[in-house]
Amino acid sequence: MTGIKTIFWKEMADHFGSKRFLVIASIIVLASLSSAYGAIGSQELHSFGREYLFLSLLSTSGGTLPSFLFFVSFLTPLIGIIMGFDAINGEKQRGTLSLLVSQPIYRDSIINGKFLAALAVSALMIAGILALIAGVSISKLGIVPNTEEIVRTLVFYFATLLYISFWLSMAILFSVLFDKTSTSALASVALWIFLVFFVYMVAGIIADHMAPVTQNSTMEGIMKNERIKIMLMRASPAYLLQEISMAILNPAVRILTPLTAEKLQGLIPTPLSVSQSLMVVWPQLVILCALSIVCFGISYVAFMRKEIRS
Amino acid sequence: MELAVQTIELTKKYGSFTAVDKVSLSIRKGEVFGLLGPNGAGKTTTILMLLGLTEPTSGEVSVLGYNPVKEPISVKRVVGYLPENVDFYEDLTAGENLFYMAGLNGIPVEGRDKKISQVLEMVGLLNSQNALVGTFSKGMRQRLGIAAVLLKDPKLVILDEPTNGIDPEGIEKILSLIRSLAKDLNVTFLLCSHMLYQVQRVCDRVGIMYRSSLVASGTVEEVGKTILGEKKGIIKFRPEKGVGLRQEALNGLDGLSEVRPLGGHFVAHFEEDKLALIMRGLLDRGFVPFEVGGKDYSLEEIYLRYFQGV
Repeated sequence: MTGIKTIFWKEMADHFGSKRFLVIASIIVLASLSSAYGAIGSQELHSFGREYLFLSLLSTSGGTLPSFLFFVSFLTPLIGIIMGFDAINGEKQRGTLSLLVSQPIYRDSIINGKFLAALAVSALMIAGILALIAGVSISKLGIVPNTEEIVRTLVFYFATLLYISFWLSMAILFSVLFDKTSTSALASVALWIFLVFFVYMVAGIIADHMAPVTQNSTMEGIMKNERIKIMLMRASPAYLLQEISMAILNPAVRILTPLTAEKLQGLIPTPLSVSQSLMVVWPQLVILCALSIVCFGISYVAFMRKEIRS
Repeated sequence: MELAVQTIELTKKYGSFTAVDKVSLSIRKGEVFGLLGPNGAGKTTTILMLLGLTEPTSGEVSVLGYNPVKEPISVKRVVGYLPENVDFYEDLTAGENLFYMAGLNGIPVEGRDKKISQVLEMVGLLNSQNALVGTFSKGMRQRLGIAAVLLKDPKLVILDEPTNGIDPEGIEKILSLIRSLAKDLNVTFLLCSHMLYQVQRVCDRVGIMYRSSLVASGTVEEVGKTILGEKKGIIKFRPEKGVGLRQEALNGLDGLSEVRPLGGHFVAHFEEDKLALIMRGLLDRGFVPFEVGGKDYSLEEIYLRYFQGV
């Protein structure tokens, strides 16, 4: 127990003192603040009405700038990657790993301490950013988030942390599997680019191949194409987080798959309660959680079975 | 004599390759034991098994009464291990590095600073406590490593290649440090090295590993006897000034054999226990002995002779 605590605090101090953390933190803070300022000037902001103004600040894109949500799903993986890609092989390259494992601590406290420290740093960072945006909302719009908004923001915060922990455990996994830090960094970034950017294109191509859409396609054909595409995209945690935040931050969203106009008939467009919104994205939350656990589990086992010479 | 380390037919296989083959080693409490052998002989693997850092394929190990396979933490609590090519966090000072190590060893925060100064004093680095390890020479890092090992008040210290890549002055410091620590603290030392001359100077007993097996162990003399056989001393003597080189004059002198003239003098083997008689006899007969080579075995000789023979 003392081992994991010592490693946790040492790693925290290392992250906060490192230059790369400073760089990624300033990029994300700047991007988030500018997206919030952009959203204030946007027309769409008031589309949900006054009741959910703070939430729409998070999900609205203003003019040329993408929304805060967009930045979260695209940039936060980098936080996890930057803190995790050299967790194990970096120590090995410096020659300190063999020193660590010869101390009277359980071996898993090394990987657990590192994971928890990086997660705690990300948690502090995201909480800080959300607080900053709340500050922007209070000073520029004169709006204090209400209780429901706070609860929804907390759910969103929790989902973001799950998302970051997925990327963090993946980066740690690469740092266990590859001996060189440059290899593990490249592998992590490659996977990030694929899962965050390319998966949309790849899903589109496969869906078009399996259910081609032409001018003569029936409604069913188009729906089938769309459904395949969404199923494929759900393999990416980035898409999962987008779906989760869409439903959580916008109480009007009640279903995430495409719907025909007939099915919407008779629907009363009232906002959902928090628990109902949660029901909409519960599967996505569970999958995101499972992905993180599986990824961390593999890196844990790989690290425990690794023989550490010098 | 109580044993600090005992292994019985310890074996480690990696696939079809046998890294350590039936090694039965015993190290007595309080002695400095040198485990010698060329690179790749299985020394480090043996050490890893002593510490529970890798599991033996078969055989038994006991370190200070603990079984490293079942109780690695208990072993690591009393055994200080300094791995080969070990290094410290370069962006931390010597003191901070030791503070971290002390934390991992569960030394309470209150007593840490005192303990750290104490061990730094022992290795002669007290003046560099607040210097960054990045500025340290290799020899200083190695001494810092010994300091880190001493933090936990170890009963057994294992040093893997402690003199690798260090300049002669640094080596001198480390060797005398080992000698004095072994004497003052009554700690058992296990040195692992391929640098024979150095090890010979500090070790009470040695074990020689070659191609995965322990081929001999005991004092340097005992090992010499097993490997080189009984060795005879060599004596050189010359006639007194003005007297010719006459071998007949030696008739009746017991204990000399294989006398042959060499340049202006004679070279002969002698029997160790008759040395005084031989000396007197030589002087009486008008010869002056000028060089008596004892039958000290040098590890270098043992090494060369043995490994050429195999």
